[in-house]
Amino acid sequence: MISRFGPSRSTETPLLIGLPGPWTAIAVAVILAIYPLVMNSMGEDFYISMGSRVLILALAASALNLALGYGGMISLGHAAFLGIGGYAVAILAKSGIDAAWIAVPVAVGCAAAAACLIGAISLRTRGVYFIMITLAFAQLFYYLAISLPQFGGDDGLPMTARSVIPGLPLDGDLGFYYFVYFTAGLAFVLLYRLVSSRFGRALVAIRENERRMAAIGYPVYRLKLMAFTLSGGLAGLAGALLANLSLGVTPHTLTWHQSGILMVMVIIGGSGYFWGGITGAAIFLLLEETISAHTEHWNLVLGALLLFIVLVAPDGVMSLRERVRALLGRKPAGGAEAQSSIAAGEKAQ
Amino acid sequence: MSQPILQVDQLVKRFGGLVATDHCNLEIRAGEVHALIGPNGAGKTTLLAQLSGELASDSGRILFEGRDITRLPIHKRVAEGIVRSFQITTLLPRLTVRENLALAVQARTGHSFDFLGTVADESDLDEGAEEAARRVGLLDLMEHIVGTLSHGRQRALELGMALACKPRLLLLDEPMAGTDPEESKKMGDLINSLREEHTLILVEHDMDAVFRLADRVSVLVAGHVIASGQPDEIRNDPQVIAAYLGEDETATENMQ
Repeated sequence: MISRFGPSRSTETPLLIGLPGPWTAIAVAVILAIYPLVMNSMGEDFYISMGSRVLILALAASALNLALGYGGMISLGHAAFLGIGGYAVAILAKSGIDAAWIAVPVAVGCAAAAACLIGAISLRTRGVYFIMITLAFAQLFYYLAISLPQFGGDDGLPMTARSVIPGLPLDGDLGFYYFVYFTAGLAFVLLYRLVSSRFGRALVAIRENERRMAAIGYPVYRLKLMAFTLSGGLAGLAGALLANLSLGVTPHTLTWHQSGILMVMVIIGGSGYFWGGITGAAIFLLLEETISAHTEHWNLVLGALLLFIVLVAPDGVMSLRERVRALLGRKPAGGAEAQSSIAAGEKAQ
Repeated sequence: MSQPILQVDQLVKRFGGLVATDHCNLEIRAGEVHALIGPNGAGKTTLLAQLSGELASDSGRILFEGRDITRLPIHKRVAEGIVRSFQITTLLPRLTVRENLALAVQARTGHSFDFLGTVADESDLDEGAEEAARRVGLLDLMEHIVGTLSHGRQRALELGMALACKPRLLLLDEPMAGTDPEESKKMGDLINSLREEHTLILVEHDMDAVFRLADRVSVLVAGHVIASGQPDEIRNDPQVIAAYLGEDETATENMQ
């Protein structure tokens, strides 16, 4: 990994930890591009739409990861942004606007605007209060959705067809997969640039010590609000894609249960790791799919397995890389470096 | 006499019924080391937080170079050149010394809202970080994780963080807190070396250090300044002696 502060170092501090190398990113992109073709040739079209679902929720979880993992803002209300994105697309479709280039940006804009508003209020609180107030806002949107009959009320809002892109038929699983692939891919590139920019660095440092960052001149509140807004906008993008995948949106998307699932995905994947949201979403959805095929009580088994993962890797699956390295003693991740710097400190005195 | 760089005018801070800063007046001259002393609970830390912008004042004014900054948020005051350090070490312990200092430089150079900007050229951050590290004697520990450094070195970095912001007025909250005599002496020399380029407000309990370093001393009791002047005047001020005698005899002995 290339250090952004001069000479390279054996240790990865929280500013650099979990940023993907270019080869990993390219490998993942290539595998995901080939995946539906392989499934298609095997006649397993179900797994193509499953792939779309994983990519979409990976985007949603990564959006939450920006706020939760990088910014330290524990939001239990991200379902709101997912739902707002979905409802935006469905409402536009209902009123005859089905062009993707209009519907998707509108969905992102609505979700970002909602995040900006919710963030502006919520970010004045701390800790448990922040969790509760984001949850409360999400519930507000949930009750709004079920109480408005023109938005479908309890039943939600079905779509007769997917959004339209001239030249790319989205009705088939394969076409839609590539639509998701490129849209989410673009979002992941944006997220990567974001977390590795000076903005991202300031955000992580604020998570590490907000008081110090304020004292050296960072407009802490504005930076956090900006991150929260971007996070909400990206969750809205995922919501727009999700509504297209399932041909409609239901109030269930807005429930705190959905917010909780996104949070679980980030935590098992690795909060504050670039691949955290993606890995977490993939593990969660694949486990859910596999177990529910075998037993009715899949929730119980899934819960036990997730608990196991968290016990083995409290900082998420992506943190295992450093743990393994530290155990092997090859590339010390903190521990050995700490020892040597204490020794050096003593020597200097 | 030089112009006041900072003027505090009838400043008030209340916490419920408690008046922590009670119509406080204070004048800091450009280029001086101004010590702020007073018995425990006199309101030194509160006043410092009001000057840095962490605490909003209830009434009164703070003028920096003649301009009213009473309502400015912290980051705008830092941009004006007022920077504080903390009594309790407040660093980013999981990051390296270089990263800590570079963050302070980045705050000053801006671009923190530069979301997509290329990160190829970091030489400006590196230069600023190294300059600050050299100043506080941490240049050979740049790649070390801050949490692993000794307390004395963390105190030095605490000061280095403030220096990396290129302050004109530096607010030091007990820079010697918890250091051993040798570290304390080093810190004293360091502070002494800063007087050329910075104006300093020094809150400190170590009276030896205060009377050795300060050009002028102000004594804060119950939220307002009861005396301001040269160290010798303060040492012999009957009001000051009385204030300290009521609180802490050893402190009075130290002053004599």
